[in-house]
Amino acid sequence: MSQQQPRVIVVGGGLAGLAATIKVAEAGVPVDLFSMVPVKRSHSVCAQGGINACNEVARQQGYSEWIHMDETLYGGDFLQHQAPVYEMTHWAPKIIDLLDRMGVPFNRTAEGQRDLRLFGGSLFKRTHFTGASTGQQLLYGLDEQVRRHEAEGKVNKYEFWEFLWPIIDDNGECKGIIAQDMRTMEIKPFLADAVVMCTGGNGMVFGKSTMSVICTGGAAARCYQAGAWFGNPEFIQVHPTAIPGEDKCRLMSESARGEGGRVWVPRKKGDTRPPLEIPEEERMYFLEEKYPAYGNLVPRDIATREIFFICEEGYGVGGGRMVYLDVSHLPQGTKDKLKAILEIYEKFTGDDPTEVPMKIFPAVHYSMGGLYTIFSEEEKEPVPGDGEKAIGMKYGDPSNMMTNIPGLFAFGEVNYQYHGGTRLGANALLNCIFDGLFCGPSLVNYAKTARKTPASEVPQAVIDKYVAQEKAKCDALINSKGSANPYDIWRRLGDEMTAAATVVRTEERMVQALETVKKLREEYKDVCLSDTGMWTNQNLSFTRALNDMLIYAEAILVPAIARKESRGSHYRPDFPERVDDPFQKTSIVKFVDGQPELSYEDVATPMVPPRARTYGKTS
Amino acid sequence: MTASDAKKNFYIKVKRQDGPGKNPYYQTFELPYKPNLNIISCLQAIASNPVTIDGKHVAPVVWDCNCLEEVCGACTMVMGGKVGQSCSTLVDELMERDGTGSKANPITLEPMSKFPVIRDLFVDRASMFNNLKDIKGWVPIDGTHHLGGGPKETQEEQDLRYALSRCMTCGCCLEACPQFSLEGNFVGAQVFGQTLYFNMHETGATLKDDRLNVMQEAGGISDCGNAQNCVEVCPKELPLVEAIAKIGRQTTVHSVKQFFTGKK
Repeated sequence: MSQQQPRVIVVGGGLAGLAATIKVAEAGVPVDLFSMVPVKRSHSVCAQGGINACNEVARQQGYSEWIHMDETLYGGDFLQHQAPVYEMTHWAPKIIDLLDRMGVPFNRTAEGQRDLRLFGGSLFKRTHFTGASTGQQLLYGLDEQVRRHEAEGKVNKYEFWEFLWPIIDDNGECKGIIAQDMRTMEIKPFLADAVVMCTGGNGMVFGKSTMSVICTGGAAARCYQAGAWFGNPEFIQVHPTAIPGEDKCRLMSESARGEGGRVWVPRKKGDTRPPLEIPEEERMYFLEEKYPAYGNLVPRDIATREIFFICEEGYGVGGGRMVYLDVSHLPQGTKDKLKAILEIYEKFTGDDPTEVPMKIFPAVHYSMGGLYTIFSEEEKEPVPGDGEKAIGMKYGDPSNMMTNIPGLFAFGEVNYQYHGGTRLGANALLNCIFDGLFCGPSLVNYAKTARKTPASEVPQAVIDKYVAQEKAKCDALINSKGSANPYDIWRRLGDEMTAAATVVRTEERMVQALETVKKLREEYKDVCLSDTGMWTNQNLSFTRALNDMLIYAEAILVPAIARKESRGSHYRPDFPERVDDPFQKTSIVKFVDGQPELSYEDVATPMVPPRARTYGKTS
Repeated sequence: MTASDAKKNFYIKVKRQDGPGKNPYYQTFELPYKPNLNIISCLQAIASNPVTIDGKHVAPVVWDCNCLEEVCGACTMVMGGKVGQSCSTLVDELMERDGTGSKANPITLEPMSKFPVIRDLFVDRASMFNNLKDIKGWVPIDGTHHLGGGPKETQEEQDLRYALSRCMTCGCCLEACPQFSLEGNFVGAQVFGQTLYFNMHETGATLKDDRLNVMQEAGGISDCGNAQNCVEVCPKELPLVEAIAKIGRQTTVHSVKQFFTGKK
């Protein structure tokens, strides 16, 4: 397995993975791209609303990259490192231009310019979009460029391959991965001089979420078990508007509200009249009433809590746990822009949302936390709109978005940076593509020069050890004679995590959940597969990931219990205020002796000092 | 059987195949009825308790899926004889449409027949992605450096390009096409839609001749029989008839030009 030329492995083919692949391939370094699904089917495809960037129209109305940064930090309740946010927001306009050049069909104005829509947490129109399926079009745009590099022989795709474990040499450097072909079940080592995880979020830990079925967090949890740290894993975004379903909760984009959709409930508790029979004055537009400036476009955690509480008070539709999201009053042209999401609503519920208000409820949506990473800061020359002190990231520095394991990087949703306590809508697509484009060259530089030894020098014994470890895990599952049903354990995990660690979190309930997860981990030892064959065994893949989900769940609960404050999405009725001393800190979670070990790291706020996060609430 | 009759249980018959080259067989499962169930939920229920109506414990059914909101294209299969996404196909719908769901007349689930089976309902659609390589399905940008924005376009052009860009490579159009087969070389509507998509873009059009060369070959546009089944089944209502007509015309013009210029 000798190799001289440096190689890079990208795990995950969503926006972050594809953007990284493009940058690395463009630099002439070969890429091996691994994905559990054909990359064109990655979860990024589900993003709907758009991608934020300062643009000329907004700029001439007083907006700037700096304000975009400020909004992102305010939205995230100041838990983020500020330099990466500075860099991301300042790169955003260039990213839109690039996507435009790649042929992404952004919506247009009458003049043929790129159109913009309003989005949560901003008073400026700065969200670029393609209908209401922006993630799909951006993913396809990058997928096409990767296909070009693939056709030119610079990229090898390994689709339907599952990441199992990082190969870490005796120097502690990551030198490749162990992966399994999900069809033939073959387990193989792959060497590289840099490995980047672009494996997205962990929604499956909560059972039903808006995420895709591969979003188990399994890949991140495996890195964690191999010694990588988690940063802020307790921060989980619950999206205010989803369609509850038997198999998942389907996202109903924030763009519905960005385009003028209104959230309301009947003023009369338990009102059973059909929504169209409830006159305007008997409707309570509770977000608009409480937040006159931002209205329906307050950040997601705030909208989610308001919806949750109004239902708790008994104002939900028919007294239940649903509120109306109404776009029926919008002009036809606006409804056309939302076609992709409105037709999904109709397909799954049978109701036409252009005629009748939609019934929605919050659902787990995004992981702000993830693998802990570092970066290299650099003082920048302030651009118009910037404050006096501008600190960004050093382009091409080999440490950018590297985990605590040298050679192992994390980009996109799995990277804990950028969003702090809550992510603003339409900042995820930006973050994923930015990581790939800005930090892709860091992978190249690490692989070429910064690594201690080339991957070709990894002793065979080290590689064999990891292969044997993963084969043994498979064999143990295949040969298990236990009686516990993995799907049953997963359902109970999801129910417990959703009840204890989403919208409202109390110490008592989370401690109880931690006990439950411990019990489930015990039960897991007795798990039994219903498919014991070695051909396209999905049962094995799921059951193996279940163990990782259980381990991830503990890593979420421990820092959530310890964070005795409310910040962003982390709402503690027992500690309802943000407490900067001592919690203006990143929670770092390490896997020690099979358990999460929590420590903290200070978060400096050199550009934007923390302020109270009220969004102009009136009552 | 209608949804209202099926208050308790209903039946699903799944075509199974243990691997490539193995003989297919059917197994029937009984499931508790709930309103608004989609086919994916049924497969999830079978996965958690894979016992047939004969009480036999079997391996869970293998199928391909990811987003469950009809945008990734993965979970395409043939349900009650019709192709579609199993996430957005509801049990109630099939019961009403086909009168199926009873023990005697269960809902059938089968893999798409125009692609090689990997296992059970999971098929290999690599050929669809490979075809995108053959037509150079990308906009040939100079690189990722900052070079300003792309070409302006009208909302009208965007409307058509956006409609075409929603193709999720699901395979419905190919499954329904009388011309497309497992053995043949016809590329099918997916490729025609994507060819038009890239040819419409100002920079993408610099590769138009290369794409139309592929369209001229055996298995290209002239093999389309115009049955228009593709547009009937496309879950994203892509303007495939328009794409076929436009690519047909572009290919004809391309051939005439080649004839007079002698250039390939």
